[in-house]
Order: sequence, then C-alpha cells, then structure tokens
Amino acid sequence: MNRQVRRVGLFLTVMFVALFAMASSIQVLRTQSLYQDPRNVRAAYETYKTQRGSILVGEQEVVTSDPINDQYRFLRNYDSVLYSSVVGYFSIFSGSSGIERSMNSLLSGQSSAQFFEQINALLDGTPVTGAAIELSLDADIQKAAWDALGARKGAVVAMDPATGRIIAMVSKPGFDANLLAGHSSQATTSAYRELLDDPDSPLVNRAIGGDLYHPGSVFKIVVAAAALESGRYSTGTTFENLDRYRLPGTTTYINNSNNSTCGDGALVTLETALIRSCNIPFAILAVDLGQDRIRAQAELMGFGDELAIPLTVTPSIYPQDMELPQVALSGFGQFDVRTTPLQIAMSTAAIANQGVLMKPQLIDQVVASNLNVLSQPQPQVFSSPMSRETAALLTRMMVDSVEFGAASNAGISSIAVAGKTGTAENGIDEPYTLWFTGFAPAESPEIVVTVVVEDGGGIGQNGTGNQVAAPIAKAVMQAVLNK
Amino acid sequence: MSNVSLTSAIPMLLKAVPRSRNFEAVLLFWVAGIHAFALAQIQLAVNLEMSADLLVYWAPPTISAWLLHYVLRKHAVNADGLLLPLAFLLNGLGIAMIYRLDLAEITNGGPDLFAERQVWLSCFAMLIAAVVVRFVKNPLVLRRFPYLAGAAAVVLLALPAAPVIGRTLNGATLWIGVGDLTFQPGEIAKILLAIFFAGYLASRKGSLSEIGSRVLGMRVPGAKDLGPILLFWIASIGVLVLQRDLGTSILYFGLFLVMIYTATGRGFYVGIGMVMMITGALVASRVFDYVAARFDSWLDPFSQANYSAAGGSYQLVQGLFGMAHGDVIGAGLGSGFPQLIPLAESDFIFAAMGEELGMAGVFAILAIYLLIVYRGLRISNTNQDDFSKLLALGLAFVIGLQVFVVSGGVMGLLPLTGLTTPFLAAGGSSLLANWAIIALLLVLSDSSLRRSAA
Repeated sequence: MNRQVRRVGLFLTVMFVALFAMASSIQVLRTQSLYQDPRNVRAAYETYKTQRGSILVGEQEVVTSDPINDQYRFLRNYDSVLYSSVVGYFSIFSGSSGIERSMNSLLSGQSSAQFFEQINALLDGTPVTGAAIELSLDADIQKAAWDALGARKGAVVAMDPATGRIIAMVSKPGFDANLLAGHSSQATTSAYRELLDDPDSPLVNRAIGGDLYHPGSVFKIVVAAAALESGRYSTGTTFENLDRYRLPGTTTYINNSNNSTCGDGALVTLETALIRSCNIPFAILAVDLGQDRIRAQAELMGFGDELAIPLTVTPSIYPQDMELPQVALSGFGQFDVRTTPLQIAMSTAAIANQGVLMKPQLIDQVVASNLNVLSQPQPQVFSSPMSRETAALLTRMMVDSVEFGAASNAGISSIAVAGKTGTAENGIDEPYTLWFTGFAPAESPEIVVTVVVEDGGGIGQNGTGNQVAAPIAKAVMQAVLNK
Repeated sequence: MSNVSLTSAIPMLLKAVPRSRNFEAVLLFWVAGIHAFALAQIQLAVNLEMSADLLVYWAPPTISAWLLHYVLRKHAVNADGLLLPLAFLLNGLGIAMIYRLDLAEITNGGPDLFAERQVWLSCFAMLIAAVVVRFVKNPLVLRRFPYLAGAAAVVLLALPAAPVIGRTLNGATLWIGVGDLTFQPGEIAKILLAIFFAGYLASRKGSLSEIGSRVLGMRVPGAKDLGPILLFWIASIGVLVLQRDLGTSILYFGLFLVMIYTATGRGFYVGIGMVMMITGALVASRVFDYVAARFDSWLDPFSQANYSAAGGSYQLVQGLFGMAHGDVIGAGLGSGFPQLIPLAESDFIFAAMGEELGMAGVFAILAIYLLIVYRGLRISNTNQDDFSKLLALGLAFVIGLQVFVVSGGVMGLLPLTGLTTPFLAAGGSSLLANWAIIALLLVLSDSSLRRSAA
C-alpha cells in the first residue's frame, strides 16, 4: 500500500507545482497587464497614500497636499485661481489636467527618478513623498496678466525669449480646482459636470489648447519672415497699392481693414504693409511666395508640432493643399490658419531672440522630498527659423508699427516696444478675435507677450487688436520692465 | 523510477525531524513570534501606531496552541512535532489578515467585522483538537463504526437542503443556520467520509482488488465491485444538485477515488473515476446555470460581459488584480488593498495574502500546506494497519485537494468553487474540521510510533 501512498504524494506534488506556476504567472509575468487594466483601481489608490508634491511659483506654494483624516489621507489644496489653467486639477473622481497631469509621476512619487527614495522608504518605513514642481511662472507678472485681461475671455502668454521660460500664462475664465479635488464623489462629479457644460469652457487652457484661433494679422510676421528668408523680397519690395483685390480665379473681393488703399501712392512697400497691417499686399505676397514656403517657415516656428512644455500643446495649423484664393487669405492669417497663443508667442520670440527660437518651458526644477534636484530643464534651442538680419528687419518694422503704425496702444514712453496686432474674422456676424504680440525692450528683449481676446472683447465687430489686446500686453510688459 | 525517489526523498528528509515535544515547543515560540510581528506590522501600517488590541488577537490562540501542546505532552508524547506549529502558523496568519481587513472595514465605516470571532473560533477548534487527542488515543476505535460515520456524513450533507435550517449563500447551499449561528456541515462530513471509507475499504480491499473479467485487454471488476464507485458517483452528483457546489462534489469524489485506489492499488478506479468526474462536471456545466456561469467566468474572466454579470468574474478578477499588485515581495501587511476583493476574509483570503505578502508569501503558504500533506502521507506510510494508513492518507489528501481546488479557483486555474481555505479563511466549521483533521493525524502518528516501538 505504501507504493500507492507515494504515488498519491506525487500526484499532490504535481497539483501544487501547478499552483506555484500559476502564482508565478500572475505575480511576475502578468503583473503589468493586470495592474494597467482600467478596471483595477489599485494604481489610483496607490497614489492617494503618497503625499503629493507641492507646486511652487517662486518661493510660494500654490498647490499643496494637506493631511486629512479620511481614507484618501491628503486633500489637494489650490491656493489661487490665478494658476488654474497651468496647474490644472487632480481629482479622485474626475481625472486630472495641467501640470497635475503631465507631471503626475513625479508629483505622486512614482517616477523612476525617485527609485532610490522609494527603496529608502521601503527600508526605513517612512512614506514616499512626491516631488515638488517649481514653475517658471513669475507671480507678479502672472497677476499683472490676470488683472489686465480682466473679465474678458482669452489668454495671455509671456515668455523670456532668451531662455524659453514661460513667465506668465493666463487663460480666462479660470476655475476653482478645489471643487474638483474634494473627497465627496457626488459633489466633485457634479462640479465637474457643471464646468464641462459651461459654454465658456473654463477647463480649457486657451493659451495652448482648445479650439485654436484664427491668427489674423499677427500671422503676417510669419509671412513676412518667409518672404525675407526667401531672398526674393526686401523690406522695400513693392506691391500694387489697390483699394480692393479680387481673389485669383474668383469674383470675390477683399479689402484692407480701412476699406481703402494702404497709404498714398500707386505702390506700397512690404515695410509699410506690415506697419499699417494691410491685407491686400500680404494676399498678393502669399500668392506670389507660394503656400509651401509659408508653410515651411511656419513649421520652423513650431506649427504642426505637438510640444510638451510639459503641458501638451495642441499643434497649430497652416493648411495643406490650398487653392490660390485660400493661399491669398492665409497671407493675413484667415481661411483655415489656426493657432494657439503660445505658437504666436514662439514666432515672436524667434524674432526677439535674433532668429533663434528657444523651446518654451514651464518648469524651473523638480525637487524631491529629500531636496535632491531631480530635474532642471536647461534652455534648449527649438529651431533657427530665420537669419539674424531677417529678425532685425522684422524687429524694426514691429517697433515702427507700435510707434506710428497699427499697434500704437502698446507704446511705452522711453522704451522701444516691438509689436503686431491682429483682428481676426470668424464669420460674417461673428465677433472678432483680437490679438497683440510683441516684445520689449526691442533692442534687448526681456519679455515676449502674446494676448488674445475672444468674442471681440465683448464689443462684437467694433474692437480691434490695437484697442483691446495691445493695452493688456502693455500692462504685462510694464510689470516686467518695472521689476 | 525518478518519481518514486522524488516523493520518498521528502519524507526521508523529514525523518530527521525529531518528534519530541520540545522541538514542537521551540517551533510554537517561533510561530507565536511571527504572529505578534504580523499583527504589529498591520497596526503600524494601518493605524500608524500600536495598541494593546494586539493582545486580543494574539494571546487567546497562542494560549490555546500551548494547551494543545500540553495535552500532546501528556497523552500523545510521540506525535508528529511539525503538524501543530504549521497549522497554528496558518491559523494565526489568517487571523492577522482578517484583522487587517477589519481595520479597513472600520475605516470605511462598514459593519462586517470577523477577526474577534475568528480568534474565539480558533480557540474553540484547538480545544476540540485537544479533546480529540485526549480521548481518541487509539484511532482503531473509529474503525468500529464505519457505517455510522457514513450515515452521519450523508445526514450532514443533506442538512443544508433541509427546510428551515438550510441556508443558501452566493448560490451554494452549503450552510445550515439557527438565528445568527451558521454552520457548514460539509466540512465535518469530509472527516466522517474519510473514516467511513477507511473502515469500509480496509475490510473490503481484498474483494475490490480481485481480478474481474478482461475487456479489451483491460481488467474490469465485476458489477458487484463497480457498485460502490457507481453509488458514490451518484451520491456526488446528488451533492452537486443539492448543494449547488462543484467544489464540494469534486472534493468528496476525489477523496473516494484516492482512497479506493490506495486500498486496492488498481489504477482502473482512478481512470474510470476521472472520466466520470469530468463527464459529470461537463454535463453539470450544461445542465445547471450556476455551474455554467462559473465555467464562463473561468474561461474568460476579463470579458466585460462576465465581469459585470451578477455572480460573474468580478470577484475573481479583483483577486487577480490584488495578487498582481502584490508582485514578488508583496505590498506588505496592511499596505495593500485587499479590502477591494469581495469576501477577502473568507473565500478569497488566498488572494488577500497574495496581495500583501506577494509571491514569496504565496509560495510559503503553499509550502506549509504541502508540508502538512507530506507529514500526513508519512504518517500513512509508517502506520502498520490498513485502517490507519487509509485514514491518514485520506485526511492528508483532503487538505491537499481542498487547497488545490480553492487556490486554483482563486488564481483562475480551475472554475471557482465554494470551498474554504483550510486554517486561513474566516469560518468556524472550516477551522473546526481542519483542526480535527490535525488532531486525528497527530493521534495516528503517535500510535504508529508506539506500535513500531513496541
């Protein structure tokens, strides 16, 4: 009978070997796929146990995680609505956005850079704490931009052209992220619904995303750059000075914004056309130059690129395969040219920084809870979209535009400001999109500012970029120059 | 043959283990230390501080184990020295995990607490084990009443289907209850069945292993000898129909097959029995909706349809998520999320262990079970009389098979069944039955030594 007993033992051993094998398969081979299954809430729960890192602007903590006595351990606290569009929100029930989303692995302490911290935590039992994110934003400039934009819908982007550091990024309307960070599922979800259903889309960061804007005349700096870079044009190149222009192959006419010619005389120079922001010469120029050259120039400046700053930037669009009339319209930023304010700021920054475009960046540094610096993005060249000479010529024209041209309201006494306005049409009865982009001081730029105001700044088709957007930009530039 | 050497090597290795009670005492110290450590870690991880509550969950079972040790010293001094510490180790780990789930439940404000009850049930089960050791000094007394044991087993099995006291939980009719007290008679029935089989087979093994007629080159026993296996197969199907649980049915039938095989040495029984069992299971999966649902969930647990179906694979998948989260070394006691797994304190305690103790812990727990099974087989091996041999084998096998069916079900190796995880899971009947098995194995090991020494 002992032979049978041994065989039963063997049989049981085989059964247990199958159990060992199954456990190994689940706990070693299949861990990743099981952990990433969207129905597995453990990954999310794991992050709640960690005190999430703070987000700082300068020395000031604008987002913190404060201990609280419930199952989620910490409550995310957003100090100020000023930063809502940049920092976004982190919600247990409704996802996340902004820096909270794009820097999540570092904030939650899960990134590979925090590996040794995690090991230490495992060994001495201290909980892992997320890393703090120091933003490049400047609290004063951010406040100035926020206040200057006032109650209008739109966005302001300010950056240092020499480094690409973004020093202000405002999108209005903002939102109170505390409403989404709460620990009551019901309250949070209904607040989230409300924000989603708000026709003004407060959750969208208009500076880098959303539906994108027609750039209108601010796009002329891109077209002018393409023209000068082609070598076939100079600032003195002349175009026929028409009071109306028939789009090639159509019976449709377009006008300059003053419904007249671009100044006196039978001919108008590129320089005058840019300073006065005339549409007809740029339509002629665009047709003459060709869409491929304009597109190539636009792409050098960042159009079509999905940037991570580290927020994800929606790529701006210069359309493909246009017919000639559409090319003409694209010359002054109409038809289907669509862009983010950040893209316009980048195009401007390339001019301000003598033809070298620096990659925009929102992060100064990432500091672990043990004060180790985990990452410190260095200024990085994005591209060199134009020569130094072209940049200088464009700068001069933009300065003239502010001094006695179409962007006069951005002028600051005793300082040379370079600027370009835009008043983009969105349809027959639709309110305009109002733009200003520029930099100061023109000879050694400290700041590039781009302002967009939606819905005509509340005055329909009566406002212009110069009336509405330029003063906002001026306020932001003054805040920098007065520091 | 290599398999023989493999299976005989381990018992031989364990022969080196002294049977002395002193050795058992040292191990008990160790195990009690592990339990205290586990409870302390749970308190620190969940509450961030230790409290005197720890003693409530630690002291009573420890005292009970020492009581059992004392009774062994007095009445079965030569009994196996590993069984008690190993079973106690599992029992205490189970209490720790149930306590940990209680803490999570308290945090969530839930009403379902199990740990304190489990502590007292463990004490009671160990006390019963001590009583068994004290009064069943010679296991051969059990041989006198095989039919009584068999009849009792049948009655117990039929009880849950009886009106008034029968209870159906999660689709299986495995419980009886009066008021708040519930009991799973099937757990006790498995011991009575093992006693019945051992007694019956020990007296009939001659006739059962006689050569019958030859059919197609195979020796087939006569109809008289096929009778019992057919009868029992029908009884197992009856259990399946009455109790609506495939696991219990497989457990009893498997026990029967292994014991008849061991008694007669005829592989024919195993062969025909397996065919009958698999046929029965397949037919059941066609005929009974609840079995079919279990099969569907087993074959494709991750499909959204099975996942969201009532009684579908949600629990299984949550358990797998938990185990995967445990990875190799585990989340640490008190640091995982086993409370997300439905019934983590009972049916799915294996997954909860896998989450917090990791693959290392799962391997250790399985190894402890395997060690208990090997000790049981060794006791079978060293006993001289057929009854003791068969009984020890049956008891050891029933633990091994139950662990296989339960943890295989939790890990998706087999369809999920309603069996309990021996010693770990919350539940009095299971604790009682498994401690009684340990007590019987202890008695059998003691008597075997006495007789071979005499």
